[in-house]
Amino acid sequence: MLNVGKIEEGIVLDHIEAGKAMLIYHYLHLDREDFQVAIIKNARSNDMGRKDILKVECNPDLINLDAVAFIDPEITVNVIKGGEIIEKKKMEMPREIRGVLKCHNPRCISSIEQEIPHIFFLSDARRKIYRCRYCEEKYSEGEREKWFR
Amino acid sequence: MRHCLTPLDFSTQELDQLFDLAADIEKYPEKYAHACDGKKIATLFYEPSTRTRLSFEAAMMNLGGKALGFAGASQSSAAKGESVADTIQVISCFADIAAIRHFKEGAAYVAAEHSGIPVINAGDGGHEHPTQTLLDMMTIRQLKGRLNHFTIGICGDLKFGRTVHSLVKTLARYEDIHFVFISPPELRVPDYITDLLEERGYTYEECIKLEDVITKLDLLYMTRVQRERFFNEEDYIRLKDFYVLNKRLMKRAKDDMYVLHPLPRVNEISVEIDKDPRAAYFKQVQYGVYVRMALILTLLDIHVD
Repeated sequence: MLNVGKIEEGIVLDHIEAGKAMLIYHYLHLDREDFQVAIIKNARSNDMGRKDILKVECNPDLINLDAVAFIDPEITVNVIKGGEIIEKKKMEMPREIRGVLKCHNPRCISSIEQEIPHIFFLSDARRKIYRCRYCEEKYSEGEREKWFR
Repeated sequence: MRHCLTPLDFSTQELDQLFDLAADIEKYPEKYAHACDGKKIATLFYEPSTRTRLSFEAAMMNLGGKALGFAGASQSSAAKGESVADTIQVISCFADIAAIRHFKEGAAYVAAEHSGIPVINAGDGGHEHPTQTLLDMMTIRQLKGRLNHFTIGICGDLKFGRTVHSLVKTLARYEDIHFVFISPPELRVPDYITDLLEERGYTYEECIKLEDVITKLDLLYMTRVQRERFFNEEDYIRLKDFYVLNKRLMKRAKDDMYVLHPLPRVNEISVEIDKDPRAAYFKQVQYGVYVRMALILTLLDIHVD
């Protein structure tokens, strides 16, 4: 049994589908921050069999939870303060995500206007389709790596 | 403050009001001749255009206003690397309303986000061309007397043809319209358009040959294969004359199957059918001025009794 210490302030992302923790790590740009991060892969779970867990010691407001919900709205987000869970957040597919994906369409204005935010909106909730706010290019799940910011 | 970035910025009821206003302008032009006295439109055209820019300028002048602007990115500060966001903030100090055409998709959206004046999208890359759609719709309404219950064929470059995308999205709010998309496989209509039709419960079909479907069409919307949208010249040359609408084909069409085209035309409509009463593409240009006059008045919230 692996033991990872408690965090004082931050977030714990639980019930991550096994194998997706690193993806979320990158989507949240945690590789660019100096937060203390624990990534637990393939933890035993009664409900899921195997799951991943991500613990991040930081100000919870600094984490883009829309990005988490975009990847998997089933993930449980526990907000930690003073070493205790003060809130369990229920995720929903965000109507809009900012700064997570980069539009891949070479004809999009975002390819030349350096300062504008990269925004994607949920155009079809049933089919989980996101499109670029500017050019309406469809985000392609199959080419996920290419769309990272 | 209101902008016109896509035709969907207006409800069908608001579109009806806009077309009623345009029809009134056509009937009583003198009534509107001073409606925009002292107002200016800035036409910011980063891409070449004859019809659209002059149509906007004529529209403002017909209303008593003035026009200023540039035609081509090389004539603007874009050549020095200025962003669209900065340009529109500067232009907001000079003019009351702006019409922007840009080669990048979504440019008008960025302009509107940073603008102090109403922004009209006059075409953004292969994405949208809402005022073309408004004049297409008005032409259909004037010629057919309605905006519902018909089969419309849309032929040519359906992939990069922004007029097509705007028109389909707008028509797909009216009752009982069947869409027939006619294009070479390389220039098929994008999936976001067909997704939208499916979501809204509209029927459509896709085919390659115009002669296979022309007999069942109530309207035919022809488009040009646009050289400027291709990265590869060879592809353009192979596809540019894929469709040529001529007398032989028109003989098979219904007596009231009007032919629309956003212009400029190259070879896709033979000049031999220009005199055919069903050729409506030059009428569209005239309606374009009335619709743009109506749009300027609406966005500037100017009412004429």
